[in-house]
Formats: sequence, C-alpha cells, structure tokens
Amino acid sequence: MKRNQMLIPMPLRYLINAVLFAAFLWIMNSLITGGAISRYHSGIISSIGISIILAVSLNMATGYLGQLPLGHAGFMALGAYTSALIMKSAAAAKGLESALGASYAAYFFPAALVAGGLAAALFALLIGMPALRLRGDYLAILTLGFGEIIRVVLLNIDNVLGFKLTNGAAGLQKIPTTTTFLFTFIFVGITCFVIHTMMKSRHGRAILSIRENEIAAESCGISTTYYKTLGFVVSAFFAGIAGGLYAGNVGILNPSSFGFMKSIEILVMVVLGGMGSMLGSVLSASVLTALPELLRSFAENRMVVYSLVLVIVMIFKPTGLMGTYDFSLNGLLDKLILKLKGGNARFQKGGPDE
Amino acid sequence: MSQFQRTPVKLVPVPSTNIIPERDIDKTPILEVSHLGIDFGGLTAVDDFNMAIGRTEIAGLIGPNGAGKTTVFNLLTKVYQPTRGTIMLDGRDTAGMSTIQVNKLGIARTFQNIRLFKNLPVLDNVLIGLHNEMGYHSPAAVLRLPAYWRAERIAKERALELLSIFDMRDTAYARAGSLPYGAQRRLEIVRALGTNPALLLLDEPAAGMNPSETTELMENIQKIRDTFKIAIMLIEHDMSLVMGICEGICVLNYGRIIAKGSPEDIQSNPQVIEAYLGKRKEGA
Repeated sequence: MKRNQMLIPMPLRYLINAVLFAAFLWIMNSLITGGAISRYHSGIISSIGISIILAVSLNMATGYLGQLPLGHAGFMALGAYTSALIMKSAAAAKGLESALGASYAAYFFPAALVAGGLAAALFALLIGMPALRLRGDYLAILTLGFGEIIRVVLLNIDNVLGFKLTNGAAGLQKIPTTTTFLFTFIFVGITCFVIHTMMKSRHGRAILSIRENEIAAESCGISTTYYKTLGFVVSAFFAGIAGGLYAGNVGILNPSSFGFMKSIEILVMVVLGGMGSMLGSVLSASVLTALPELLRSFAENRMVVYSLVLVIVMIFKPTGLMGTYDFSLNGLLDKLILKLKGGNARFQKGGPDE
Repeated sequence: MSQFQRTPVKLVPVPSTNIIPERDIDKTPILEVSHLGIDFGGLTAVDDFNMAIGRTEIAGLIGPNGAGKTTVFNLLTKVYQPTRGTIMLDGRDTAGMSTIQVNKLGIARTFQNIRLFKNLPVLDNVLIGLHNEMGYHSPAAVLRLPAYWRAERIAKERALELLSIFDMRDTAYARAGSLPYGAQRRLEIVRALGTNPALLLLDEPAAGMNPSETTELMENIQKIRDTFKIAIMLIEHDMSLVMGICEGICVLNYGRIIAKGSPEDIQSNPQVIEAYLGKRKEGA
C-alpha cells in the first residue's frame, strides 16, 4: 500500500469528513438537549472539547514547530479574560435583550471567542518575535516567565492601576455560561480543520522543516523567523479561543486556574499523545480530562493513578501513544476499497493532499 | 502528472554531456568573490579568497582537510558573515544579506553532513525546496482555495520531475531518512535544485558513494548543468570526479588559495602536490 494512492477524490474526502462530523454533532446535541446525557456529564464533555483545542493547538508549537513553549496557560488566560469581559459587558447592556431576544448572549459568544483568540495571538506575536530567536530550554524558560507574568498581572492589575477590571484574586464572577456542547465542538472542528489544512500546505511544510533541520530550512530559502512566529501565533490564537470557551463553561475566572501547572497539564497531553500527531493530542486530551472525573470514586488516590499512567506510557512508548501517526478516515476507506477490488487499482490519480 | 510511471521521465532533450561548453568566465560571471576573508577570534580561517565562476561553469574547490573549503561555502551562503571582502552574485553585492535572501537570489547548497528533513517523505523534502516557487498565501491554504490546488499540483509535478533526474520517482513517498546514504545525498541535490538556483554549491557530493555511483553522479552533475544552464561549484576529495568534470579548479590550503586553473594545471602544480603529499626531502 503506497501512500500516493487516493481512490476517493479530494473534495469528496472533505465532504465525507464534514458529513460525519456534522452527524456526530447532531447526535450528541440531541442526546444532550433530550436529557439522555446529564448536565454534569455534558459539562465534562465540554471541558474535554476545550482540552482538545488546547492540546491540538499546543501540538502545533511543540509537535510540528518543534519548540517547547511553557506558557500556553497564559494565552488561555488572555483569551478567557478577554472574552469573559466582552460577554459580561454584553450581558450588562440592557437594550440588547429587547432587541435580539432572550438568547442574545449566544450571538455575541463566537465574536467574543474570536476576540479572545486575537488577544492571545497579539501577545504571542509580541513575545514570539524576540523569544523565538532563542532555542530549546531558553525559549521554555522565557515562555514560562511570560505565563507567570500574565497570571500575576491579572491578579494585581486592579490594585495597581485602581480600576475594576479583572477583580484580582477574587476573579471574575457571573460570566454568562454560554458554552454549550455545540459551540465547543464546532470550535474543536474548526481548530482541527485549520491546523490540518495549514500543515498540509507550503506553510505547514515550512513549519515542519524548521523542526527537522533549521539550517537546511534556511538554505531552502524559508524564513524561519516568520514561520516560527506564525506557528506560535496560530497556536496561541486557538489557546485563546479555548480560554473563552473555558470562561463560558465554568462561569467564574480566577488567575490561579492559569498557573504553571495548567501549562504543564496541556504539555503532558501533547507528549502523551505523541508529539506531531493530531489524533494523539485529541485522544490523550480526552482521556486525561475524563480520567480524573472517572477516578473520583478513588478520591485521594486518583492523582497517583494519573501519574502512574504517565510513567508507564513514557517507559513503554516514549514517543507517545500515537508517535507521529495521523489518522485519516479516507485513507482507511481507500485501503478498504483496494482490498475489495483485489489490489487492481495500483497507480491511481493523486492530489496534493493526503 | 496524472499517471505514476515506472520509467523516469526526461526533463528536456539533454545535450550530449561530452561537449563542454566554452568557458564564459570572462564575460559575465555569476559569482565574483574578491579578497574574501573571515577570522574566528584570532584564527584566520579564510583569507584573501578571490574567485569568479561563469554562468554555466562547473568549478571545483579542493584542498587538504581543514583548509577552509566548507567555510568558503558557509561564507557564500551567509551562514557566516565575512570579516573582509565582497561577494558579488550576478552583479549584486550580497553584503549584509541573510542565508534566506542569498538563497532567493540564487545560491543553493548541499551539506557535507547530510541535512535532510529526515522524518518527512522524499516528496515533501523537494516541495520544501520549492517553497518560494509556490505563491499562495496562508488563507488560500486553510480555505483550500483554487490557488492552493493549482500551485500544489504544479509543484508536485515539478518535484517529481526533479526527482526523476536521479531516477528517484519511485521513492517519492518513502521517508527521507530511510533512504540509503547515496540516495540521501542525491535527494539533497534535488532539494537544492528546487529552489531554482543560478549557482549550486555541492559540499562533497560523492562522499560515501561507491565508484559506480560516483561515475553516475558525475554524469548527473553535467546533466544538471546542461539542462538547467546553471553554475555548479563543488567541494570534493574524489579526484577522479573533480578532474573529470570541473572546468576550473581552485586549491585551498590553510585558508589561502595556493593554485587556480584547469585540471591539467592543477595536477602538475608543485605547490598542490606539496600541500597534499608534503615536501620532497632534500636530495631524496
């Protein structure tokens, strides 16, 4: 089986994926609205979706670009606070409710999320340009510092400047809880689609080439600074969106939820799933978010089990669960068709995409 | 390319490689280096390096180990910024330029210790070389606009064509790191050609190749020069290759040029013989 065999033509491959994803959304959504899945469980499902966005976006910077940023929670916090502030001021505006109806907050939510993403992307651009000239450990420490700065600023900005914005350690409360299953997973779909299509383009290849060999990439005329920054900014953008969804899911924001440990938690998801594998990130984000909930009955022992899982995986599969393998449903269908045809269809028409 | 053929496709009718074109070095050189030098702290690695390469010339750079040959390549490609001297590429001064800018102006290179994108498919390695040839922007890629499909299709065809120079079409979907050593060296040349260079720098292209592979490589280097009409400069320790295909040779020792000229001149030059073999003992 060669990888250049594409029995299903290209636009159709996207259509198949889109239809299946829409079907998944519809089934899950009707289960939730029909009451088959409890509110508690749908909250967990939403937080799984948020984790997926975080892990997939960090995978872009870690797995594809090959850098080690430790400030992902900082970008998440920026997105969370930005979109929470927008949503709160939208909720405070009295005229809107009469003009747009009772569920008017839902109209604002996507815009607030994108604004949160843009805020995170802007800061990623600002710190990325100097930071990405550094390599390895130095970049890790710089981004770690950045993440902490964000947290400390959110904690103290009100006291220092004397206005009421982030509400310090008490945090933001009464944020409209507009995050629904549908919202979360539509953004999960968008994140995966954008990062996937981007990686399968000249820009994505440039990003991969930096991971593989920076000197060779430069000798191929690839502007490494530009593509490092691009990868970093895209990664931060989606972290910001995840932050906004998080704010809408829990309704309360507190700077302490965006500490160093949150960044590490996301990094663990990426490493466990396999750096450079989107499927790996999705799976491990789902498992690692659901696991602490499932282990609630073990109460105090659950963190031990959690750590044990990590240690075992790292010993037996140091490249992560999926390595760099990425799943393609259509690739699977191709194989199936090929088997049914008895392998007659060998050199088939190929497109630029996988 | 709609069908994947087993047989490699010829790029264009290849002129006979026996005919060495008239040296056009005096007319319009693609590269003119004068008084080039670099110091690393107190060590002068290269000093007073002067050279001109014609537009379709194959030039050789030889010398004993540690003579500074790769340093010259690194200076030309701006991995190091020279301490002294000027590099004129196609009549333009490259002072202050970066590796990337110099590449866009037309210098492509391969590396002595192979630097492929090992975990990516062979085809992607060549496509990365073609990066600047594809003009579409990131929104076109993310939204999969027609500009993306068109550019990618053309680039893929071009990449496969380039791979067929070295008869590597069949390995297009293999992981680059899984190729045999000789094939990896050839892939590096293909990737460099993808950037559409005017001057191709090959750093020990025949290292680790067996004699029959080396002969094939010689033919291919000439074929590349003849089809793409580009200048090629190579560092090589295999004298049969250097003497066989280079029209002009430059010998470097301790960072200085000790001889320049045609292969015949170099072979009989006493200074070159001394640099490689040492001085004949008095009265021996």
